[in-house]
Amino acid sequence: MSITIRIPAPLRSLTGNSQTVEGSGASVRDCIDDLEGRFAGLKARICDDSSELRRFINIYVNGEDIRFLSGLQTPVKDGDELSIVPAVAGG
Amino acid sequence: MSTEVRIPAPFRRLTGNRARVRAHGSTVRQLLGDLESQFPGFHGMLFDEQGRIPPHIKIYANGQEITALAGLDTELREGDQVTIIPATAGGAPDIELTAEQRERYSRHIVLPRWGEEGQRKLMAAKVLVVGAGGLGSPVLLYLAGAGVGTLGIVEFDTAEISNLPRQILHHMHDLGRSKAQSAKQTLADNNPDVDVVLHETCLSTENALDIVRGYDVVVPAVDNLATRYLVNDACVLLKKPMVESSVLTYEGQCTVFLPGQGCYRCLYPAPPPPGLMPTPASAGVLSITPAVMGPIQAMETIKLILGIGEVLSGRLLLFDALAMEFRQVRIRRDPNCAVCGDHPTVTSLIDYDDFCGVAAKR
Repeated sequence: MSITIRIPAPLRSLTGNSQTVEGSGASVRDCIDDLEGRFAGLKARICDDSSELRRFINIYVNGEDIRFLSGLQTPVKDGDELSIVPAVAGG
Repeated sequence: MSTEVRIPAPFRRLTGNRARVRAHGSTVRQLLGDLESQFPGFHGMLFDEQGRIPPHIKIYANGQEITALAGLDTELREGDQVTIIPATAGGAPDIELTAEQRERYSRHIVLPRWGEEGQRKLMAAKVLVVGAGGLGSPVLLYLAGAGVGTLGIVEFDTAEISNLPRQILHHMHDLGRSKAQSAKQTLADNNPDVDVVLHETCLSTENALDIVRGYDVVVPAVDNLATRYLVNDACVLLKKPMVESSVLTYEGQCTVFLPGQGCYRCLYPAPPPPGLMPTPASAGVLSITPAVMGPIQAMETIKLILGIGEVLSGRLLLFDALAMEFRQVRIRRDPNCAVCGDHPTVTSLIDYDDFCGVAAKR
């Protein structure tokens, strides 16, 4: 199971500056847990204390916002692309 | 109550080719009724089958779109002027280009789907840019260069040396000077035809609606979330299209929010807690990033005014300068959105510093 996960710039310090990592899991939540196992501290930046997606971060599976799919339970499969996109403030 | 009405080209076959007529009515609704009685067929060209004026037809009373006033019940007084502008082919305002303007804009006028008609639409347009910084500088330069008739700038800061790599409206001799004034000077040096209106104030809950109201399109070019949410809510409440972008380090985001089709809160319903959001000062921002995203905002604004191409509505454009890659993801209106959803809970502007958990700005 190989899912391409795109890491936004603010989180790359936790992934050894990698902008793309390979992940695994049957759902978005599984993928996040898998990432946490390899890059400690990443989950806390994406999810709040209740393990829900923080409201200033969006996750897209193959370009679709998971908030309009099944949220963190959105299933993923081999070959899917998962993008983590936080709000940024600069201008 | 006699009012001058400016008739768009497609309607003139009903008025004997007259571009200006007089009509009577205490409200816009009555005025349109009088136009129908004077020129039968007028209603049929103006209203759709449901008896509504479609969104591509704009009616202005004394330069203000009536949707920002009282709609068809907008009151009229003796001496007022009403303009009807369909935003489709043939809807260009009656502006005569000078020989110099034809030369200045010649590289645009020859473009397909632009022409003198498109140029006249730009020259009649009013765009508000909130911020004359990293994003605002290229946005304003390219909109001025393209000949947008009125550019409003909201900016209260003074130029600092750390601005110069990316805030290309400002120069060494502007350090310590009002960025609004320096922006106006730079834009005038490029195109003196543009009417640059300065709003040298901090945009706030108290003034945002009054400032935004007079413009056709709003381009937030701000460096903080509180102002983003403020501009967003004002645009939703006033039904103004908004061309949003943000940048940090080597990345940028851009989208277009059209009235009724989603807003910034649909995308990011709530800001991060204070301290969890990196800023350009803390994380850095490459100057090239807003240099790429700002002109994209300008391009989307021009497309909205001209009614050409496909704007980024429903799409979030993501730019990664290090990968030199553009990607898109699909975004959509959230029916549960607090301000533009089916049952909005935010129906007036709020305290955005409090919403974002930051200390109040000066």
